[in-house]
Amino acid sequence: MTATLGARPAPGRGRARARHRLAVLGFMAPALIGFVLFFGYPLIATVVFSFTKYDLINAPEFTGLDNYTFMFKDDLLIKSLTNTLWFVLVLTIARTVFALGVASVIARLKSGVGLIRTLCYLPSLAPPVAATLVFFMVLRPNDGPLDKLLDLFGLQSPLWFSDPSWAKPGITAIMLWISGDLMIIILAAILDVPQEQYEAAELDGAGPIRRWWHVTLPTISPVLLFGIVNSVILALQLFTQAVVAGSAASGSADTTGSTKYLGFPENSTLTFPVYLYTKGFRQFDMGYAAAMATVLFIISFGVTIVLVQRMRKNSSAEEGGPGA
Amino acid sequence: MTATLAKPPVDVSTEPEQPKKPRDVRGILNWVATHALGIALGLMFATPVVFVFLTAVMSDNQAFTADLWPREWHWENFIEVFDKAPLFQYLFNSLTYSLLATAGMLLSSIPAAYALAKLKWRGRNVAFLLVIGAMMLPPQVVAVPLYDTWSSLGLTGTLVPLIAPYFLFDAFSIFLLRQFMLTIPQSYVDAARVDGCSEFQALVRIIVPMARPGIAATALFCFLFTWNDYFGPLLYTGEVKDQWTLSLALASFKGMHIVQWNSAMAVTFLTMIPAIILFIFAQKSFVKGITFTGVKG
Repeated sequence: MTATLGARPAPGRGRARARHRLAVLGFMAPALIGFVLFFGYPLIATVVFSFTKYDLINAPEFTGLDNYTFMFKDDLLIKSLTNTLWFVLVLTIARTVFALGVASVIARLKSGVGLIRTLCYLPSLAPPVAATLVFFMVLRPNDGPLDKLLDLFGLQSPLWFSDPSWAKPGITAIMLWISGDLMIIILAAILDVPQEQYEAAELDGAGPIRRWWHVTLPTISPVLLFGIVNSVILALQLFTQAVVAGSAASGSADTTGSTKYLGFPENSTLTFPVYLYTKGFRQFDMGYAAAMATVLFIISFGVTIVLVQRMRKNSSAEEGGPGA
Repeated sequence: MTATLAKPPVDVSTEPEQPKKPRDVRGILNWVATHALGIALGLMFATPVVFVFLTAVMSDNQAFTADLWPREWHWENFIEVFDKAPLFQYLFNSLTYSLLATAGMLLSSIPAAYALAKLKWRGRNVAFLLVIGAMMLPPQVVAVPLYDTWSSLGLTGTLVPLIAPYFLFDAFSIFLLRQFMLTIPQSYVDAARVDGCSEFQALVRIIVPMARPGIAATALFCFLFTWNDYFGPLLYTGEVKDQWTLSLALASFKGMHIVQWNSAMAVTFLTMIPAIILFIFAQKSFVKGITFTGVKG
């Protein structure tokens, strides 16, 4: 590990060591203050608020576990949790498999790699609001481009963002269109697989598909795990696409004022973060929103632990020693 | 972890130099098959934007129909949308948010990343884990107390709550910069120390110039993240229209001009232009940066 070699001041030279400590403190001070202000304090405060009733105007009122027990009776909360779990499952699998598939195709190209890679990556840089409206336009039923294409095959386009059972698949389609960052990461990992491994497999008589299955996949599996964890996190915080698709499809004139469009149609796009936002910042039920935030924290913390564990395992495997 | 990072990352931007002429019939078919798939993928990703563009230049009447190709090219649509909404105001707000946040991020994150990558101190691993934890945390988790605090300071309805944190702490940028700095050989830093440089001088004179590609990539990501941000501006400026950013305004634009697909698509297209321009000028930084996030500590 490069960073651990050198750098330590020679023992016995007190002043040098003090200077070194001062330097570390100076460099880390803004980050330290920022972490405490924007993560440390609000995390604790969220948990504290979650045991209260608070509307931002009157002082918080301690209510014990009321917010948590109410969750079990709150149909909308259960609906929003179900929606988010749908995305965690479907989006995670779809995004990882899709990105892996696209990267595998690009990796096999012998010319035009740069152009195709650029085309696949660019949408991921578009503002999520814009990407959602793009799909809203392209997928619009009756006269949209996709509808016309399906017409050629005698198929009928679903109502997408206006149909409760198609709104979530529609959002998933948006998320796949903007998954270029994961594609680039997987592509880099595939191109990084040592050529000798392929040659060895070829000598054993393995065709392209078996080489992909037995050489490419196992070698890039750490990156795939990163892709899965990254997608789960993305699914857990899915907010913008759901809000914009819901409001555009409902024909609501304003995404900032009213709440009636949220979750449109029939709460099918009401994800957990969207409901948290509605409760906390539209209805100013801050205590309940804080309780939901605590639940979201516990879930995403669990996912983060998986990633950190994997990193530790990887680093110790690569360094041939324990710890990072 | 560093073993992966110590070697130069594969430059995926150069095309593999392999013979382009296949030798036999099977080879030709194979070549066509793989490339047809590649071209199909490229088209699949590009066509939605092409449709947006074609709709944006249609006349008001035609945009209402199912036509895909414009009969007349109304380039003025891109100008006229500026009359339909105060886009310059929104553009100004977006630029204020993105540019100030990026500047603040560079001031606060470069020293922190240096301390995490190149200085040895007790608690460094814990600090790095906290950075990763903060990076993975959904923004909604800490929104309630933060909104409460900013509101009691009377700063909700302004861009301050969005910009201020970047001057202190931005987890993703610290993480990305640290990854870049780990690839700089320690010997350069040690040599600077032997020459009597202080840590600060070593950072400014040695690390910053050497890490310039990494700093550029991090700045690009920070700019685009804030430019694209929707939750933050909605939370803090949703009620105050003259503080809206472009992303926030765009979400409402479709609703306000429900039948005018051409206007809605013209604004949609305009909001995507900065990303396209930045990408064209800094393609290598993007690809390198994104690869670094995946190789992961």
